[in-house]
Amino acid sequence: MILKGKAWKFGDDVSTDLIAPGRLFHLRSNLPELAKHVLEDADPTFAQKVQKGDFVVGGNNFGLGSSREHAPAIIKLARVSAVLAKSFARIFYRNAINVGLPALICDTDKIDQSDELEVDLEKGTVVDRTKNITLNFSPLPQVMIRILNDGGLVEYIKKHGDFKLD
Amino acid sequence: MGKTLVEKIIGEHVAKAGGNKKEVKAGEIVLVPVDVCLTQDGTGPLAIRQLQKIGLEKAKNPDKTVLFIDHAAPSPRKELSNDHITIRKFAEKTGACLSDVAEGVCHQIIAESYLNPGDVLIGADSHTCTGGALCAFSTGMGSTDVAMGIALGKTWLRVPETFKIEVNGDFQVGVYPKDLILHLIGLIGADGATYKSLEFTGDTIKRMSMSGRLTLSNMAVEAGAKAGLIFSDNITKEFLKEHGRVKAYREIKADEDAEYERVIKIDASKLLPTISFPHTVDNTKTIDEVKEKIKIDQVFLGTCTNGRLEDLEVAAKMIKGRKKNPKVRMIVVPASKRVFLEALDKGIIKTFIEFGVAILAPGCGPCVGVHEGILGDGENCISTMNRNFKGRMGNTEAFIYLASPATATAAAITGEISDPREFLAKKKVKGKIKVKKERRKRK
Repeated sequence: MILKGKAWKFGDDVSTDLIAPGRLFHLRSNLPELAKHVLEDADPTFAQKVQKGDFVVGGNNFGLGSSREHAPAIIKLARVSAVLAKSFARIFYRNAINVGLPALICDTDKIDQSDELEVDLEKGTVVDRTKNITLNFSPLPQVMIRILNDGGLVEYIKKHGDFKLD
Repeated sequence: MGKTLVEKIIGEHVAKAGGNKKEVKAGEIVLVPVDVCLTQDGTGPLAIRQLQKIGLEKAKNPDKTVLFIDHAAPSPRKELSNDHITIRKFAEKTGACLSDVAEGVCHQIIAESYLNPGDVLIGADSHTCTGGALCAFSTGMGSTDVAMGIALGKTWLRVPETFKIEVNGDFQVGVYPKDLILHLIGLIGADGATYKSLEFTGDTIKRMSMSGRLTLSNMAVEAGAKAGLIFSDNITKEFLKEHGRVKAYREIKADEDAEYERVIKIDASKLLPTISFPHTVDNTKTIDEVKEKIKIDQVFLGTCTNGRLEDLEVAAKMIKGRKKNPKVRMIVVPASKRVFLEALDKGIIKTFIEFGVAILAPGCGPCVGVHEGILGDGENCISTMNRNFKGRMGNTEAFIYLASPATATAAAITGEISDPREFLAKKKVKGKIKVKKERRKRK
């Protein structure tokens, strides 16, 4: 599957407090409403401007902090097709896969705001059409690939009834 | 080959699950039966809805599935009150345990009442790693992972490599476990231990109270770690005895020849009161590096990190007979009902109230920026909690400093970030005659 869209560049250490702020805690059971505020405390205009298929591109330690699954869930609801970063905080990484949002580890230093990107999930490549460069992203563990391919953990368990680790 | 604590605990669980596999090594991905699951009121409703989606509204181990209402307790608005109703209904339907308003913070209660050495605990809260102080593999996950853990009684895990954190020496007066963990996070960075298990060992840890150990394990995630484990010993046994579970005790230690990815040695006697500056936990400075005057508007003492009796006692000792700076608000939140009652019995709550403290119901209090104690624009708060990200306490225009209960309390007296040792030293500190005068007044 090829994903195409524009890059939205963020810096290092984008915490889950910036993605889904605590002051909007009361919207956690209204994810479509919470999604209108996604990444608001990092970029107040992002939620209004992001287009379907675009990418969120971070630096180091993307998603650090809280375990709130609402963070990757609302990034997905905002129609972002994948998050790319040099490294992820572990709970966010696992949660992203669980909600069916690809989280891809690659050297994002070379990607700038508004670059046009093409991601090939099978080949493991990120092509920056604006810069004419190809990056590779680190492969996910098998169990995570299966969960992502099924569309997320709920869909995976619905399909298999249990975890399958072979 | 020898095993680290995490290899031992996960290995035992994999062996117990049946099949050929009897032990595990760092790097392997395994399926693990789970002993205890927790959710809190921010993450529980989503977990419940995920289970409803697949018609799996059940708890495999209802006695060890604990649904907490602590982050917004009591509720400040109707949307959250409705979330609380969802949680209560699920508890009733499945027979899972409900820990409602006024009981306290999830990690504190899990330690007091549910978790045992050798257990595997998964929680829909990042500070679930607190349980590592009881030598249980304890880790934070998202709502859906924990939902499946609740319904199926299992989860998949990658066995982490371990960093050994060896601490020897005695803390100076005015230096505490909180200073140690802030120092460590400042040293290795907020992603210095991502995916790793931290194992705390050494004489300092051997002598440390369970309250201090819980502080260390609680903040493992702030260095990116998956777990923060401490061996079990007589101190663990005493803690379990005090909480009616001495039979659950067993001694668990890492093997002498266990393999560690990294060993960090710390001399506790060299540590100083340490503070995390806004807006990251690893942005640490020792008190003597703080050259500027930093005015404080709010002091918050509490949370799963430092809301226990030992923490409240330090603060009470410092403030007794002294006056609060009139420009500072101080909020104290006992981490559990039990802590609150103990503090009441010892007269500590009276000392706080006389000082001018606002005591809140056991729970997370201002920590998550949801209710009670939200900061105004440009305000500075010094807090004993574990996170100071921008906007954490409900306002992106405010600033949060993290510190030990002693350092936080010193600011309540002076109105600015101050050295707690000046209020705790037994001998007269050179040039600080003012402090000695105050002590005489108390008699």
